[in-house]
Amino acid sequence: MDLALLEALNAARANRKAVLLETGLESGAQRLIREAEPQDGPLAAVYAECFRSGKAVRAETENGPVFIAAYLPPPRLIITGAVHISQALAPMAAFAGLDPIIVDPRTGFATEERFPKSRVIAEWPEDALPDIGVDRYTGLAALTHDPKIDDPALQAALSSDCFYIGALGSRKTHGKRVDRLKAQGFSEDKLAGIHAPIGLAIGAASPSEIAVAILAEVVAALRQTGAQR
Amino acid sequence: MTELNDPLGVAETWRKAGRPVALATVVETWGSAPRPAGSHLVIDGEGNFEGSVSGGCVEGAVVGEAIEVLETGEPRMLEFGVADETAWEVGLSCGGTIRVYVEPLK
Repeated sequence: MDLALLEALNAARANRKAVLLETGLESGAQRLIREAEPQDGPLAAVYAECFRSGKAVRAETENGPVFIAAYLPPPRLIITGAVHISQALAPMAAFAGLDPIIVDPRTGFATEERFPKSRVIAEWPEDALPDIGVDRYTGLAALTHDPKIDDPALQAALSSDCFYIGALGSRKTHGKRVDRLKAQGFSEDKLAGIHAPIGLAIGAASPSEIAVAILAEVVAALRQTGAQR
Repeated sequence: MTELNDPLGVAETWRKAGRPVALATVVETWGSAPRPAGSHLVIDGEGNFEGSVSGGCVEGAVVGEAIEVLETGEPRMLEFGVADETAWEVGLSCGGTIRVYVEPLK
């Protein structure tokens, strides 16, 4: 492999761009295939499947066999609310391979001391989320109970193709939330995609147990949509 | 997910520091292979390595081959499996078979 090609591959990975590396197993010839570029030719469907599944495959071409490796961005989980549940959810998510990012404008909550190993952003979601860049390898768990903080995060997530959106609160609370978001112009279909009440129904009681229920739901969404291997 | 444990990041860093670097990639697996196709191991000219192509079973053999690849400059394909004498020697005891492509980073 040429160093320049490796640099381009690493730059794409650092910028959270999905790429494939195709290697001719007999010729040794290599090239990068970017998701943003339209693909045609005999392997177009194979490339599309690699981008979907994140799995590497070997394929036959008229120029001999090729190996196609997929590099998809690592999944991450944005959590609004530097609350008690988040203190359990952030390390659990990290353990499961999801990068957690905590967003809460309340500086008394969003402290490094409360979240020693996570990225914590003490800003309003409407400012923080565009900077983070919500893509389809990103999920959102809205956990503040406070519409002032959760609603703008939900709006940013609903306007993206992120793989998961969940919001804490009872059915009644969620009903009011849906009404507010409808008034903001989001369709009923789109709003039906919000997981609420958040988390799988496992009878979770403590903050840590609720975090388990949320994380399980996030993983299910990740795998079932095929957003990541 | 940190740069430290990311084989491709390590490969770039090592190469830019002037070290010869080989990249080994699992390109095919059969049976119960411990690491999926696409997994990387990077090796420098002194046998330092980062990443994995198996659960630690064949890394030693791959490192040895990689050093030869760095000397010749030619990529090669390695195969390890239970049907292979070498596989028993290096110990891919999980019962799987893997094919590993080793190439120099130019």
